Amino acid sequence: MSTVKHDGKVRGLQFNPWNLLLIVPLLVLVTPLFNLDGPRLFGMPFFYWFQFLMVAVGVLSTWIVYMMTRAKPTVDAPDKLSVEDLDEGDAR
Amino acid sequence: MSNLQWPELIIFTILFALVTVLGFMASRWQRGSTLDHLDEWGLGGRKFGSWITWFLLGGDLYTAYTFVAVPALVFSAGALGLYALPYTIVVYPIVLLPALRMWSVSRVRGYVTPADFVRGRFGSPILALLVAITGIVATMPYIALQLVGLEAVLRTMGINGSGIVGHLPLLVAFVILAFYTYQSGLRAPALIAFVKDILIYIVILVAIIYLPSKLGGWSHIFDTAAKKLGTPSPATGKPAGSILLTANNQLQYATLALGSALALFLYPHSLTSVLASRGRNVIKRNMVALPAYSLVLGLLALLGYVAITAGIKPLTNAATGKADGNTIVPVLFDNQFSSWFAGIAFAAIGIGALVPAAIMSIAAANLWTRNIYKEYIRKNATPQEEAKQAKLASLVVKLGAVAVIILIDPQFSIDLQLIGGVLILQTLPAVALALYTRWLHRWGLIAGWVVGIGWGLIMLYGIPNPANGKQHFGGSALALGNMSIFGWHPFSGSQVQIYVGFVALIANLVVAVVVTVIARQMKVFNGTDDTNAEDYHADENDKDLRPIGVH
Repeated sequence: MSTVKHDGKVRGLQFNPWNLLLIVPLLVLVTPLFNLDGPRLFGMPFFYWFQFLMVAVGVLSTWIVYMMTRAKPTVDAPDKLSVEDLDEGDAR
Repeated sequence: MSNLQWPELIIFTILFALVTVLGFMASRWQRGSTLDHLDEWGLGGRKFGSWITWFLLGGDLYTAYTFVAVPALVFSAGALGLYALPYTIVVYPIVLLPALRMWSVSRVRGYVTPADFVRGRFGSPILALLVAITGIVATMPYIALQLVGLEAVLRTMGINGSGIVGHLPLLVAFVILAFYTYQSGLRAPALIAFVKDILIYIVILVAIIYLPSKLGGWSHIFDTAAKKLGTPSPATGKPAGSILLTANNQLQYATLALGSALALFLYPHSLTSVLASRGRNVIKRNMVALPAYSLVLGLLALLGYVAITAGIKPLTNAATGKADGNTIVPVLFDNQFSSWFAGIAFAAIGIGALVPAAIMSIAAANLWTRNIYKEYIRKNATPQEEAKQAKLASLVVKLGAVAVIILIDPQFSIDLQLIGGVLILQTLPAVALALYTRWLHRWGLIAGWVVGIGWGLIMLYGIPNPANGKQHFGGSALALGNMSIFGWHPFSGSQVQIYVGFVALIANLVVAVVVTVIARQMKVFNGTDDTNAEDYHADENDKDLRPIGVH
């Protein structure tokens, strides 16, 4: 669906299959999966430590999507930064 | 005013004074050419990087009230109170993509509020006004709740006077907050958020490691809590809660978590922090890193059980004469820690109230200025006049919040916040769906909003709370058996509960679709769209971006 025209701008709906990973953390909404007391971990019922574990799953999914959908340079042109740009560096 | 806790008060005051200085200094920090422009005052120059945005968004979304109320809910109801954890787990994956589109289109078109976007997308001042009013109405009680959190801390330190005297310290704190927000705009909460979060992290980590070991370990804590919560309460004859969800409240748990997550970035203040960031990558990185707070919030929620095990009793609010459940965590710290550490904890919660209150009042002021003042009162206001108006509006908003606390029962502001969440959720079709499609007709969106808000309020009004004897607005859990569509009960007899906002949103969407189909059949004009397809993908280094803060 996405169209990149000669000016390098993106139009329309962009779809990247990696985005589907964002659905995985939604599993935490299916309560029957984890509404259980056992097995306990450090004395914590499953209901609690499972949800803490899902925080990590959420981070991992979002991180993978971030890494895989980062904008790639559209042209392999040589770097033509002006002096001012170099001067500002990362502080911008 | 007896038994003041002097060491705690002194530490609290010193840290409070420190952030006050920071708040005033913030106007010089990362300064743009002028503060007389909403881009600068209301959005910090739209140039915050990953770290600042992380602290700002974190300070914004995880408020003092959350830190006080979530453990209080776990203390009184058990597992249901933990909904705050799945809520913050699902929110970032859900909003990542829409937030990026919103940032881009706002950066290109110079939008400052969600209503600005709606105005540009549908060319409908009415729809924009509805979104703006919903935003302001939902935000006001949220600010008031920050004061509830601050007051819970002050009361624990012994400042528990009755009448107007009891509110005086709160008033002083808020006047200070009002002035540095007036002067520094969004830069003030951004800078203070650093202090707030460092304190919060220290306190929570210590509490969550030290307290369980002192009280016999997690296993013992959960067993004690299960026993205590399972004892029938004298008011209702039923157990107050349980450490697992019951058959009737599982659906409520999931829909409340999902509904709250969908609502979170519709609140104008969370969008303010998103729009203040420098670029799309900053937002993406934040959606990965923000769950660090979720972990803290989840651990904090468990302090509700720790408080049960430690035998904590909530303080009586001298102003209302009732037990104030929100004092659970402050009293726990007061009892279990030496006073200097409790002082740091209280300062963390107190400063934690200031950061979101400042951002929320800025967001409400932006809405007022852009979508009511400029749209309806002074059509050709200059950027200077806009900034001036927003600064004044932010003062009015904060005074309004203080008035709410002083004049009415804090419990009532909690009810208002509950209503606010249901209301703000009804702007989802006009704000979030419109980022992807213009298929829904503007009149369909207006009709959906009316039905969603109307039915949402009717349902909330009909919910009693047997535990405190209230007839109306007793909570957000609707038993499916009580759901009535013009007298028709589709789930008659069912005791399964569901989140009211979720039901109202479905009604909103159904009506929006039906009216859209009719309006399209009748070929009703759907407004002009100011935005272009490529606006939704613009990024920080694009050549033709709109200049920031230019008059």
